[in-house]
Amino acid sequence: MSIFLAIIIGLAFGFTLNRIGATNPQNIINMLRLTDLRLFKAIAFGIGLSSVLLFGAMAIGIIDPAHLSVKSAYIGVALGGAIFGAGFAIGGYCPGTSLGGAAAGRKDALVFIVGGLLGAFAYMLSYGWIKSTFLLDKIAGGKVTLALTPNDKYDAIFSSFSGTILAIVLGVAFMVFALVLPNTLSKGE
Amino acid sequence: MNKRLPWLAGGALLGVVTLLAVMIVKPVGVSTQFVILDAIVWDLISPDTIVEMPENAKGYGSENAYLNNGGGKYAANAKNPLNYSFVFVIAMIAGAWLSSLFGGDKATGTRKEMPDVWRKRFGDSKTKRYIATFSAGFFVLFGARLAGGCTSGHMMSGLMQTSLSGYIFTVVAFAVGVPVAILLYRGAGKGELS
Repeated sequence: MSIFLAIIIGLAFGFTLNRIGATNPQNIINMLRLTDLRLFKAIAFGIGLSSVLLFGAMAIGIIDPAHLSVKSAYIGVALGGAIFGAGFAIGGYCPGTSLGGAAAGRKDALVFIVGGLLGAFAYMLSYGWIKSTFLLDKIAGGKVTLALTPNDKYDAIFSSFSGTILAIVLGVAFMVFALVLPNTLSKGE
Repeated sequence: MNKRLPWLAGGALLGVVTLLAVMIVKPVGVSTQFVILDAIVWDLISPDTIVEMPENAKGYGSENAYLNNGGGKYAANAKNPLNYSFVFVIAMIAGAWLSSLFGGDKATGTRKEMPDVWRKRFGDSKTKRYIATFSAGFFVLFGARLAGGCTSGHMMSGLMQTSLSGYIFTVVAFAVGVPVAILLYRGAGKGELS
């Protein structure tokens, strides 16, 4: 059953990445250059919408909070994010869109995937050493959210507010941000 | 030319799909599966990389500290690739391919090798583009594994759940990605809208 669901959700996710233009590195590079923000707007709107619906649905009991999976916050998230950001700008691909880009016929995406497999392998080999440094030291307790969720496993930073209301406010803010942001902020000169 | 969705419709679809994923199973994520594929290949070349290890929660383990991590979950998933997360990524590739067959984004001509913005800035050399994307892939996946997730896991799934880690990753990735892209591709113009 879980394999069947993986196929359905995976197909839908891959289809969506292709239809929003994320599998084309031109759109990612121009998003980061601020010359074409439509992809950024789509992602920000999608995040906001899913967050509002997720917290709303958990509050009325439609979504099981046990399905949440909050990743830990640690120093390496920031350093890794910086390394990621540089590669994202150079190549115009992230892990998901490189796979989708290759599926849309892009050879540079295939090359990116080979580099990615080696990068992941290099991390596997260096993990033993990285673990002995400060890089995996937790920030604010690790697996925390801003808004309190109904899942007891995760603490919240703003635990004195209603998590549902805070998350909906944040989600609406993402959607409004996407709506007011212009399609372009730069001529790329 | 391509049936790209208007950004608002595309964003709404993306929101619904990521919501359905967490509703039915769990939040989407991709970059871990690069590790799983690496581990599968490594174990094929050197068969004792992943071994049965009853003392690990998932029953498998490895001398490699990363694969042995978290009760041996990566080791176990590499031994059984027919698991949810790996199949999800394979299906994602198939979904993008199907979309490209039926009017979605599909590369043609020189765009199979490099996007126009790259060609305008750095010329037609395929070698140059491939060296750049190879390095970019290395950085992106090393960075994503150090961060514990990528665009899907940290940015979309993380921000949806209001995770602190998702905010840290997203802010830093854009804070570096935007100036690098602006400097690297300066003078390439607005580019064709596709």
